[in-house]
Amino acid sequence: MSTILEREPAAAEVIPTFTATLIIRRFDPEVDDEPRWQDFDVELYGTDRVLDALHKIKWEQDGSLTFRRSCAHGVCGSDAMRINGRNRLACKTLIKDLDISKPIYVEAIKGLPLEKDLIVNMDPFFESFAEVQPFLIASSKPDKERRQSPAERERFDDTTKCILCAACTSSCPIFWTDGQYFGPAAIVNAHRFIFDSRDEGSQVRLDILNDKEGVWRCRTTFNCTEACPRGIQVTQAIAEVKQAIMRGKP
Amino acid sequence: MTTERIEAPRSARAARSSGRGINWEKWGWIYMRVSGVILVVLIFGHLFVNLVSGEGVNAIDFAFVAGKWADPFYIVWDTLLLWLALIHGANGMRTIVNDYASTRPYFTLFKKNVSLSTIFKGALLASTVILLILGTLVIYTFDPCLGDPQSSGLQEICAAK
Ligand code: HEM
Ligand code: SF4
Ligand code: FES
Repeated sequence: MSTILEREPAAAEVIPTFTATLIIRRFDPEVDDEPRWQDFDVELYGTDRVLDALHKIKWEQDGSLTFRRSCAHGVCGSDAMRINGRNRLACKTLIKDLDISKPIYVEAIKGLPLEKDLIVNMDPFFESFAEVQPFLIASSKPDKERRQSPAERERFDDTTKCILCAACTSSCPIFWTDGQYFGPAAIVNAHRFIFDSRDEGSQVRLDILNDKEGVWRCRTTFNCTEACPRGIQVTQAIAEVKQAIMRGKP
Repeated sequence: MTTERIEAPRSARAARSSGRGINWEKWGWIYMRVSGVILVVLIFGHLFVNLVSGEGVNAIDFAFVAGKWADPFYIVWDTLLLWLALIHGANGMRTIVNDYASTRPYFTLFKKNVSLSTIFKGALLASTVILLILGTLVIYTFDPCLGDPQSSGLQEICAAK
Protein backbone atom coordinates (compact mmCIF):
# COMPACT_ATOMS: atom_id res chain seq x y z
CA MET A 1 0.00 0.00 0.00
CA SER A 2 1.25 3.44 -0.73
CA THR A 3 1.99 5.74 2.16
CA ILE A 4 -0.43 8.32 0.91
CA LEU A 5 -3.44 6.09 1.47
CA GLU A 6 -2.28 5.13 4.93
CA ARG A 7 -2.36 8.72 6.15
CA GLU A 8 -5.24 10.13 8.14
CA PRO A 9 -7.80 12.05 6.10
CA ALA A 10 -6.96 15.76 5.95
CA ALA A 11 -10.33 16.74 7.38
CA ALA A 12 -8.82 16.92 10.86
CA GLU A 13 -6.54 19.83 10.16
CA VAL A 14 -8.27 23.09 9.47
CA ILE A 15 -6.18 25.53 7.48
CA PRO A 16 -5.96 28.65 9.60
CA THR A 17 -7.37 31.86 8.24
CA PHE A 18 -7.18 35.44 9.37
CA THR A 19 -9.08 38.61 8.68
CA ALA A 20 -7.40 41.51 6.95
CA THR A 21 -8.82 44.93 6.26
CA LEU A 22 -8.25 46.43 2.83
CA ILE A 23 -8.92 50.10 2.27
CA ILE A 24 -9.34 50.62 -1.43
CA ARG A 25 -9.40 53.91 -3.27
CA ARG A 26 -12.58 53.73 -5.31
CA PHE A 27 -13.53 55.96 -8.19
CA ASP A 28 -16.52 55.63 -10.47
CA PRO A 29 -16.42 58.40 -13.07
CA GLU A 30 -20.18 58.18 -13.54
CA VAL A 31 -20.94 58.85 -9.89
CA ASP A 32 -17.94 60.29 -8.10
CA ASP A 33 -16.38 63.71 -8.44
CA GLU A 34 -13.43 62.66 -6.35
CA PRO A 35 -12.00 59.26 -5.50
CA ARG A 36 -13.05 57.91 -2.10
CA TRP A 37 -11.63 55.31 0.26
CA GLN A 38 -13.73 52.27 1.10
CA ASP A 39 -12.82 49.48 3.50
CA PHE A 40 -13.45 45.77 3.22
CA ASP A 41 -12.81 42.96 5.70
CA VAL A 42 -11.63 39.79 4.01
CA GLU A 43 -11.06 36.28 5.35
CA LEU A 44 -7.73 35.06 4.00
CA TYR A 45 -5.22 32.22 4.08
CA GLY A 46 -1.54 32.65 4.73
CA THR A 47 -0.83 31.83 1.10
CA ASP A 48 -3.11 34.54 -0.25
CA ARG A 49 -1.87 37.52 -2.17
CA VAL A 50 -3.37 40.99 -2.49
CA LEU A 51 -4.83 39.84 -5.80
CA ASP A 52 -6.68 37.00 -4.00
CA ALA A 53 -8.08 39.51 -1.54
CA LEU A 54 -9.29 41.70 -4.42
CA HIS A 55 -10.89 38.64 -6.06
CA LYS A 56 -12.67 37.76 -2.84
CA ILE A 57 -14.01 41.27 -2.53
CA LYS A 58 -15.13 41.35 -6.15
CA TRP A 59 -16.67 37.88 -6.12
CA GLU A 60 -18.18 37.87 -2.65
CA GLN A 61 -18.73 41.44 -1.50
CA ASP A 62 -18.82 44.07 -4.22
CA GLY A 63 -18.91 43.05 -7.86
CA SER A 64 -18.38 46.62 -9.00
CA LEU A 65 -14.77 46.68 -7.79
CA THR A 66 -12.72 47.20 -10.93
CA PHE A 67 -9.11 46.21 -11.52
CA ARG A 68 -6.94 44.66 -14.23
CA ARG A 69 -5.36 41.27 -14.01
CA SER A 70 -4.64 38.56 -16.48
CA CYS A 71 -2.01 35.96 -15.70
CA ALA A 72 -2.19 36.24 -11.90
CA HIS A 73 1.43 35.05 -11.76
CA GLY A 74 3.65 38.06 -12.34
CA VAL A 75 4.07 37.55 -16.06
CA CYS A 76 1.66 39.84 -17.88
CA GLY A 77 2.25 43.04 -15.93
CA SER A 78 -1.38 44.13 -15.81
CA ASP A 79 -1.97 44.44 -12.07
CA ALA A 80 0.56 47.01 -10.88
CA MET A 81 -1.02 49.03 -8.10
CA ARG A 82 -0.04 51.11 -5.12
CA ILE A 83 -0.10 48.86 -2.05
CA ASN A 84 0.58 50.60 1.25
CA GLY A 85 2.13 53.44 -0.69
CA ARG A 86 4.46 51.28 -2.76
CA ASN A 87 4.02 50.18 -6.34
CA ARG A 88 3.66 46.41 -6.43
CA LEU A 89 2.05 43.68 -8.51
CA ALA A 90 -1.04 42.55 -6.59
CA CYS A 91 -0.34 38.99 -7.75
CA LYS A 92 3.17 38.97 -6.32
CA THR A 93 2.45 40.57 -2.97
CA LEU A 94 1.68 38.09 -0.20
CA ILE A 95 -0.71 39.42 2.42
CA LYS A 96 1.37 37.84 5.17
CA ASP A 97 4.35 39.94 4.11
CA LEU A 98 2.35 43.07 4.87
CA ASP A 99 1.55 44.29 8.36
CA ILE A 100 -1.99 42.93 8.79
CA SER A 101 -2.38 44.46 12.23
CA LYS A 102 -3.09 47.59 10.22
CA PRO A 103 -5.37 48.08 7.21
CA ILE A 104 -3.82 47.52 3.80
CA TYR A 105 -4.20 50.52 1.53
CA VAL A 106 -4.69 49.74 -2.15
CA GLU A 107 -4.97 52.38 -4.85
CA ALA A 108 -4.29 52.86 -8.55
CA ILE A 109 -0.78 53.72 -9.72
CA LYS A 110 -0.12 57.47 -9.81
CA GLY A 111 0.66 59.87 -12.61
CA LEU A 112 -1.57 58.31 -15.25
CA PRO A 113 -5.20 59.38 -15.77
CA LEU A 114 -7.47 57.49 -13.37
CA GLU A 115 -10.30 55.75 -15.20
CA LYS A 116 -12.06 53.62 -12.61
CA ASP A 117 -11.10 52.22 -9.20
CA LEU A 118 -7.68 50.62 -9.73
CA ILE A 119 -7.58 51.15 -13.48
CA VAL A 120 -5.63 53.95 -15.12
CA ASN A 121 -5.32 54.95 -18.76
CA MET A 122 -2.06 53.37 -19.89
CA ASP A 123 -1.93 55.12 -23.29
CA PRO A 124 0.64 57.79 -22.34
CA PHE A 125 2.83 55.03 -20.89
CA PHE A 126 2.72 52.93 -24.05
CA GLU A 127 3.18 55.96 -26.31
CA SER A 128 6.46 56.67 -24.54
CA PHE A 129 7.42 53.04 -24.88
CA ALA A 130 6.67 53.07 -28.61
CA GLU A 131 8.65 56.26 -29.11
CA VAL A 132 11.97 54.65 -28.23
CA GLN A 133 11.49 52.13 -31.07
CA PRO A 134 11.57 48.98 -28.94
CA PHE A 135 12.23 46.52 -31.74
CA LEU A 136 15.28 45.15 -33.53
CA ILE A 137 16.63 47.52 -36.17
CA ALA A 138 18.99 45.62 -38.45
CA SER A 139 19.81 46.01 -42.11
CA SER A 140 21.44 42.60 -42.59
CA LYS A 141 19.32 39.59 -43.53
CA PRO A 142 21.38 36.59 -42.41
CA ASP A 143 20.45 33.11 -43.67
CA LYS A 144 20.76 31.74 -40.17
CA GLU A 145 20.32 33.31 -36.75
CA ARG A 146 22.10 36.52 -35.74
CA ARG A 147 25.08 35.33 -33.71
CA GLN A 148 25.89 36.80 -30.35
CA SER A 149 28.41 35.79 -27.69
CA PRO A 150 27.22 35.04 -24.14
CA ALA A 151 29.06 38.17 -22.97
CA GLU A 152 27.27 40.32 -25.55
CA ARG A 153 23.95 38.84 -24.48
CA GLU A 154 24.78 39.43 -20.83
CA ARG A 155 25.28 43.14 -21.52
CA PHE A 156 21.53 43.82 -21.74
CA ASP A 157 20.15 40.75 -19.98
CA ASP A 158 18.70 42.68 -17.06
CA THR A 159 16.52 44.94 -19.20
CA THR A 160 15.06 42.05 -21.21
CA LYS A 161 13.04 41.10 -18.15
CA CYS A 162 10.62 44.03 -18.32
CA ILE A 163 6.92 43.13 -18.39
CA LEU A 164 5.71 46.70 -18.97
CA CYS A 165 3.70 46.87 -15.78
CA ALA A 166 4.40 50.62 -15.34
CA ALA A 167 5.22 50.19 -11.66
CA CYS A 168 8.49 52.06 -12.21
CA THR A 169 7.25 54.94 -14.35
CA SER A 170 4.27 55.56 -12.09
CA SER A 171 6.50 55.61 -9.00
CA CYS A 172 8.75 58.31 -10.43
CA PRO A 173 8.23 61.75 -8.88
CA ILE A 174 9.50 63.40 -12.05
CA PHE A 175 6.87 61.56 -14.09
CA TRP A 176 4.23 62.71 -11.59
CA THR A 177 4.98 66.38 -12.17
CA ASP A 178 3.70 66.78 -15.71
CA GLY A 179 3.66 63.34 -17.30
CA GLN A 180 5.96 64.52 -20.08
CA TYR A 181 9.12 62.67 -18.99
CA PHE A 182 9.69 59.47 -21.00
CA GLY A 183 9.86 57.58 -17.74
CA PRO A 184 11.99 54.64 -16.57
CA ALA A 185 10.13 51.90 -18.43
CA ALA A 186 10.68 53.51 -21.84
CA ILE A 187 14.37 53.98 -21.02
CA VAL A 188 14.69 50.37 -19.80
CA ASN A 189 13.24 49.14 -23.07
CA ALA A 190 15.50 51.43 -25.07
CA HIS A 191 18.44 50.08 -23.07
CA ARG A 192 17.37 46.58 -24.08
CA PHE A 193 18.16 47.42 -27.73
CA ILE A 194 20.82 50.11 -27.37
CA PHE A 195 23.20 47.59 -25.82
CA ASP A 196 22.22 44.68 -28.08
CA SER A 197 25.17 43.93 -30.39
CA ARG A 198 22.78 42.78 -33.15
CA ASP A 199 20.95 46.07 -33.25
CA GLU A 200 21.88 48.99 -35.52
CA GLY A 201 19.46 51.60 -34.23
CA SER A 202 21.28 52.59 -31.03
CA GLN A 203 22.14 56.04 -32.32
CA VAL A 204 18.52 56.79 -33.13
CA ARG A 205 17.39 55.75 -29.66
CA LEU A 206 20.19 57.66 -27.95
CA ASP A 207 19.11 60.75 -29.88
CA ILE A 208 15.49 60.24 -28.88
CA LEU A 209 16.42 59.96 -25.21
CA ASN A 210 18.84 62.91 -25.38
CA ASP A 211 15.71 65.04 -25.21
CA LYS A 212 14.41 67.70 -22.89
CA GLU A 213 12.04 65.01 -21.59
CA GLY A 214 14.61 62.24 -21.88
CA VAL A 215 17.18 60.70 -19.55
CA TRP A 216 18.42 64.04 -18.18
CA ARG A 217 15.20 64.51 -16.26
CA CYS A 218 16.10 61.47 -14.15
CA ARG A 219 17.26 62.60 -10.69
CA THR A 220 18.40 59.18 -9.45
CA THR A 221 15.58 58.92 -6.95
CA PHE A 222 15.69 55.09 -7.17
CA ASN A 223 11.89 54.78 -6.76
CA CYS A 224 11.79 52.85 -10.03
CA THR A 225 14.39 50.30 -8.97
CA GLU A 226 12.55 49.82 -5.67
CA ALA A 227 9.23 49.35 -7.47
CA CYS A 228 10.23 46.95 -10.24
CA PRO A 229 8.63 43.53 -9.64
CA ARG A 230 11.21 41.96 -11.94
CA GLY A 231 14.12 43.23 -9.89
CA ILE A 232 15.54 45.17 -12.82
CA GLN A 233 18.25 47.65 -11.83
CA VAL A 234 16.27 50.42 -13.49
CA THR A 235 18.25 53.39 -12.18
CA GLN A 236 21.47 51.74 -13.29
CA ALA A 237 20.06 51.15 -16.76
CA ILE A 238 19.13 54.84 -17.00
CA ALA A 239 22.64 55.81 -15.87
CA GLU A 240 24.13 53.55 -18.54
CA VAL A 241 22.04 55.24 -21.21
CA LYS A 242 23.20 58.65 -19.93
CA GLN A 243 26.80 57.49 -20.20
CA ALA A 244 26.21 56.13 -23.69
CA ILE A 245 24.79 59.49 -24.78
CA MET A 246 27.86 61.26 -23.36
CA ARG A 247 30.19 58.81 -25.09
CA GLY A 248 28.18 59.13 -28.27
CA LYS A 249 27.94 55.35 -28.64
CA PRO A 250 26.72 52.35 -26.59
CA MET B 1 -0.08 66.86 -4.52
CA THR B 2 -2.93 65.68 -6.67
CA THR B 3 -1.53 63.56 -9.40
CA GLU B 4 -4.49 61.50 -10.47
CA ARG B 5 -5.52 63.75 -13.30
CA ILE B 6 -2.54 64.60 -15.39
CA GLU B 7 -3.85 66.55 -18.31
CA ALA B 8 -3.44 66.00 -22.02
CA PRO B 9 -1.43 62.85 -22.60
CA ARG B 10 2.10 63.72 -23.58
CA SER B 11 3.05 65.55 -26.71
CA ALA B 12 3.38 63.50 -29.85
CA ARG B 13 6.79 62.46 -31.13
CA ALA B 14 6.87 65.25 -33.71
CA ALA B 15 6.33 67.87 -31.04
CA ARG B 16 9.52 66.94 -29.26
CA SER B 17 12.70 68.84 -29.96
CA SER B 18 14.54 67.69 -33.06
CA GLY B 19 17.75 67.04 -31.15
CA ARG B 20 19.76 69.30 -33.42
CA GLY B 21 22.14 71.96 -32.14
CA ILE B 22 23.73 72.10 -28.71
CA ASN B 23 21.82 70.07 -26.18
CA TRP B 24 21.56 72.22 -23.08
CA GLU B 25 19.94 69.49 -21.01
CA LYS B 26 22.98 67.27 -21.40
CA TRP B 27 25.44 70.05 -20.63
CA GLY B 28 23.30 71.25 -17.73
CA TRP B 29 23.41 67.75 -16.29
CA ILE B 30 27.18 67.51 -16.72
CA TYR B 31 27.64 70.99 -15.27
CA MET B 32 25.74 70.07 -12.06
CA ARG B 33 28.10 67.18 -11.44
CA VAL B 34 31.38 68.87 -12.40
CA SER B 35 30.56 72.04 -10.46
CA GLY B 36 29.30 69.90 -7.56
CA VAL B 37 32.64 68.14 -7.22
CA ILE B 38 34.55 71.45 -7.30
CA LEU B 39 32.03 73.05 -4.92
CA VAL B 40 32.69 70.39 -2.29
CA VAL B 41 36.30 71.61 -2.11
CA LEU B 42 35.45 75.30 -2.42
CA ILE B 43 32.57 75.33 0.08
CA PHE B 44 34.21 73.23 2.76
CA GLY B 45 37.52 75.05 2.26
CA HIS B 46 35.64 78.35 2.65
CA LEU B 47 33.86 77.15 5.78
CA PHE B 48 37.08 75.81 7.28
CA VAL B 49 39.13 78.96 6.67
CA ASN B 50 36.37 81.25 7.94
CA LEU B 51 34.98 79.28 10.86
CA VAL B 52 37.51 76.76 12.09
CA SER B 53 41.13 77.65 11.41
CA GLY B 54 43.03 80.14 13.58
CA GLU B 55 40.76 81.88 16.04
CA GLY B 56 37.69 80.38 14.34
CA VAL B 57 34.46 82.37 14.14
CA ASN B 58 35.77 85.07 16.46
CA ALA B 59 38.21 86.22 13.81
CA ILE B 60 35.52 87.28 11.36
CA ASP B 61 35.19 91.03 10.95
CA PHE B 62 35.72 93.59 8.21
CA ALA B 63 39.49 93.37 8.58
CA PHE B 64 39.36 89.58 8.21
CA VAL B 65 37.59 89.89 4.87
CA ALA B 66 39.92 92.67 3.79
CA GLY B 67 42.86 90.48 4.74
CA LYS B 68 41.59 87.59 2.64
CA TRP B 69 40.98 89.76 -0.41
CA ALA B 70 44.46 91.18 -0.19
CA ASP B 71 45.57 87.71 -1.25
CA PRO B 72 45.06 86.81 -4.95
CA PHE B 73 44.52 83.20 -3.86
CA TYR B 74 41.25 84.10 -2.11
CA ILE B 75 40.21 86.42 -4.92
CA VAL B 76 40.36 83.47 -7.30
CA TRP B 77 38.79 81.15 -4.70
CA ASP B 78 35.85 83.44 -4.04
CA THR B 79 35.31 84.24 -7.72
CA LEU B 80 35.12 80.53 -8.50
CA LEU B 81 32.82 79.97 -5.55
CA LEU B 82 30.55 82.81 -6.63
CA TRP B 83 30.25 81.77 -10.27
CA LEU B 84 30.09 78.01 -9.82
CA ALA B 85 27.63 78.09 -6.90
CA LEU B 86 25.35 80.75 -8.37
CA ILE B 87 25.09 79.09 -11.76
CA HIS B 88 24.74 75.69 -10.07
CA GLY B 89 21.94 76.98 -7.85
CA ALA B 90 20.21 78.79 -10.70
CA ASN B 91 20.40 75.77 -12.98
CA GLY B 92 19.03 73.61 -10.16
CA MET B 93 16.15 76.05 -9.70
CA ARG B 94 15.56 75.96 -13.46
CA THR B 95 15.18 72.18 -13.19
CA ILE B 96 12.62 72.60 -10.44
CA VAL B 97 10.73 75.24 -12.46
CA ASN B 98 10.66 72.79 -15.38
CA ASP B 99 9.18 70.22 -13.00
CA TYR B 100 6.47 72.23 -11.38
CA ALA B 101 5.68 75.46 -13.23
CA SER B 102 2.98 75.48 -15.87
CA THR B 103 4.00 75.97 -19.48
CA ARG B 104 0.50 76.97 -20.54
CA PRO B 105 -0.08 80.62 -21.51
CA TYR B 106 -0.51 82.74 -18.40
CA PHE B 107 -0.87 86.15 -20.01
CA THR B 108 -0.08 87.90 -23.26
CA LEU B 109 2.81 90.31 -23.56
CA PHE B 110 3.52 92.10 -26.86
CA LYS B 111 1.19 89.64 -28.60
CA LYS B 112 3.24 86.72 -27.26
CA ASN B 113 1.92 84.09 -24.89
CA VAL B 114 3.89 84.03 -21.69
CA SER B 115 3.76 81.09 -19.30
CA LEU B 116 4.52 81.01 -15.59
CA SER B 117 7.49 78.82 -16.43
CA THR B 118 8.90 81.51 -18.74
CA ILE B 119 8.36 84.20 -16.10
CA PHE B 120 10.16 82.20 -13.41
CA LYS B 121 13.05 81.30 -15.67
CA GLY B 122 13.35 84.89 -16.84
CA ALA B 123 13.44 86.10 -13.24
CA LEU B 124 16.02 83.45 -12.40
CA LEU B 125 18.26 84.43 -15.28
CA ALA B 126 17.98 88.13 -14.49
CA SER B 127 18.72 87.73 -10.78
CA THR B 128 21.63 85.39 -11.48
CA VAL B 129 23.21 87.75 -13.99
CA ILE B 130 22.77 90.76 -11.68
CA LEU B 131 24.24 88.89 -8.69
CA LEU B 132 27.18 87.62 -10.74
CA ILE B 133 27.99 91.13 -11.95
CA LEU B 134 27.61 92.71 -8.51
CA GLY B 135 29.54 89.93 -6.78
CA THR B 136 32.40 90.01 -9.25
CA LEU B 137 32.50 93.79 -9.04
CA VAL B 138 32.80 93.63 -5.26
CA ILE B 139 35.60 91.07 -5.33
CA TYR B 140 37.72 92.95 -7.88
CA THR B 141 37.07 96.57 -6.92
CA PHE B 142 37.16 96.00 -3.19
CA ASP B 143 39.10 98.73 -1.39
CA PRO B 144 39.20 98.37 2.39
CA CYS B 145 40.04 102.03 2.87
CA LEU B 146 37.12 103.52 0.94
CA GLY B 147 34.90 103.70 3.98
CA ASP B 148 35.71 104.92 7.45
CA PRO B 149 39.08 103.37 8.45
CA GLN B 150 38.35 104.36 12.06
CA SER B 151 35.42 101.99 12.43
CA SER B 152 36.93 99.17 10.36
CA GLY B 153 40.03 99.01 12.53
CA LEU B 154 42.30 99.37 9.53
CA GLN B 155 43.68 102.84 10.39
CA GLU B 156 47.32 101.81 10.31
CA ILE B 157 47.19 99.94 7.04
CA CYS B 158 45.15 102.61 5.31
CA ALA B 159 47.30 105.42 6.69
CA ALA B 160 50.39 103.69 5.36
CA LYS B 161 48.95 103.63 1.87
C1 HEM C 1 28.68 70.60 -1.64
C2 HEM C 1 28.61 71.03 -2.86
C3 HEM C 1 27.49 70.63 -3.79
C4 HEM C 1 27.37 69.46 -4.48
C5 HEM C 1 28.31 68.25 -4.47
C6 HEM C 1 26.15 69.56 -5.26
C7 HEM C 1 25.70 68.58 -6.15
C8 HEM C 1 24.52 68.64 -6.84
C9 HEM C 1 24.11 67.72 -7.86
C10 HEM C 1 24.91 66.51 -8.35
C11 HEM C 1 22.88 68.11 -8.29
C12 HEM C 1 22.04 67.43 -9.37
C13 HEM C 1 21.04 66.52 -8.76
C14 HEM C 1 20.30 65.73 -9.82
O1 HEM C 1 20.12 66.21 -10.94
O2 HEM C 1 19.89 64.61 -9.53
C15 HEM C 1 22.50 69.27 -7.55
C16 HEM C 1 21.31 69.94 -7.67
C17 HEM C 1 21.03 71.15 -7.11
N1 HEM C 1 21.89 71.92 -6.36
FE1 HEM C 1 23.73 71.37 -5.70
N2 HEM C 1 25.56 70.76 -5.03
C18 HEM C 1 26.33 71.45 -4.13
C19 HEM C 1 26.11 72.73 -3.64
C20 HEM C 1 24.98 73.50 -3.93
C21 HEM C 1 24.82 74.88 -3.53
C22 HEM C 1 25.83 75.72 -2.74
C23 HEM C 1 23.58 75.26 -3.99
C24 HEM C 1 22.90 76.59 -3.85
C25 HEM C 1 23.45 77.70 -4.34
C26 HEM C 1 22.99 74.14 -4.67
C27 HEM C 1 21.75 74.13 -5.27
C28 HEM C 1 21.23 73.09 -5.99
C29 HEM C 1 19.88 73.06 -6.54
C30 HEM C 1 18.82 74.14 -6.39
C31 HEM C 1 19.76 71.84 -7.22
C32 HEM C 1 18.54 71.30 -7.96
C33 HEM C 1 17.84 70.30 -7.10
C34 HEM C 1 16.96 69.40 -7.90
O3 HEM C 1 17.35 69.03 -9.03
O4 HEM C 1 15.88 69.06 -7.41
N3 HEM C 1 23.88 73.08 -4.63
N4 HEM C 1 23.51 69.59 -6.68
S1 SF4 D 1 11.14 48.05 -15.64
FE1 SF4 D 1 10.16 46.78 -14.04
S2 SF4 D 1 8.66 48.20 -13.06
FE2 SF4 D 1 9.24 49.12 -15.02
S3 SF4 D 1 7.65 48.44 -16.47
FE3 SF4 D 1 9.38 46.98 -16.63
S4 SF4 D 1 8.87 45.32 -15.19
FE4 SF4 D 1 7.52 47.05 -14.67
S1 FES E 1 -1.81 39.55 -13.16
FE1 FES E 1 -0.22 39.28 -14.64
S2 FES E 1 1.44 40.22 -13.65
FE2 FES E 1 -0.03 40.24 -12.07
